[in-house]
Amino acid sequence: MKILLNGEAFATDAKTLDELCARLGFAEAKIATAVNGNFVAAFQRSTTELARADEIEIVAPRQGG
Amino acid sequence: MLTLYGTDFTSRLLLGTAQYPSPEGLKQAVEASGAEIVTVSLRRESARARTGQGFWGLIEELGCRVLPNTAGCRTAKEAIATANMARELFGTNWIKLEVIANDDTLQPDLFGLVEAAALLSAEGFEVLPYTTEDLSAAERLVAAGCTVLMPWAAPIGSARGLINKEALKTLRAYFPGIPLVIDAGIGTPSHAAEAMEMGYDAVLLNTAVAKAGDPVKMAAAFAKAVEAGRLAFEAGLIEPRDMASPSTPVAGTPFFKIDHAS
Repeated sequence: MKILLNGEAFATDAKTLDELCARLGFAEAKIATAVNGNFVAAFQRSTTELARADEIEIVAPRQGG
Repeated sequence: MLTLYGTDFTSRLLLGTAQYPSPEGLKQAVEASGAEIVTVSLRRESARARTGQGFWGLIEELGCRVLPNTAGCRTAKEAIATANMARELFGTNWIKLEVIANDDTLQPDLFGLVEAAALLSAEGFEVLPYTTEDLSAAERLVAAGCTVLMPWAAPIGSARGLINKEALKTLRAYFPGIPLVIDAGIGTPSHAAEAMEMGYDAVLLNTAVAKAGDPVKMAAAFAKAVEAGRLAFEAGLIEPRDMASPSTPVAGTPFFKIDHAS
């Protein structure tokens, strides 16, 4: 299944957002997520099913002004 | 004492964490600035680089209160999603709300800003909006639930200082009970001191320190300027006048003759 991960085309067979994060090595990482422009809280990731062409954002802390 | 959303701070300088020559340089600059609040952002995390994970460790070491921003957001919707991600990531209800209107000026989109501020306040966020000196926008932001306002001095990173002083004075006079933080456009310590002398409660800056030849020394310079400006405001500044007024007593001037006085 093809999705858009952080703005780039990405192929995955992960069923849920939680699974996708784990496969990317983010299981224990300090990240936050959004799907199709909407925030998805950490506790909702395991029940958030992925669909073709979903736009996934995975973000982490960064320098800012 | 500076009070923002019920929390007291000794320092009136808020510092951004971007653009420093090195992580160690950032750490030293924050220490030299005496800042108790630092701004941070969130960005896409690469599975390979994992840049954010290391940065978070550094921020925790600083021991400062963290103020996450929504930098780069163009719509209220983007800002709201970003604010929610920031709240979860940083564990704070505080959000430096930025909704940007265009790339050249990085001017706040006041319409999107007010919309997002109202929705976020209703969701329990404590919103610190990056706004302009516009009075009606400020009123709308306060009505939306903001108890702090952060007007710009000049466009972000421009280092031009207080380019609309009269409007900033009006804003200060109009909202005596609202903490006002000058956010963006400060280039020199004298700009910061000037804002503080006008009665602004605090100054938030980043580029002027991070891009200085010696960021650590500049951070210390800003700390002194902000403190000096605040002390001057509290002391009460004299009014400017058109004509000279002798500071040395006139009475008893040697060689004084009455025709000198005419």
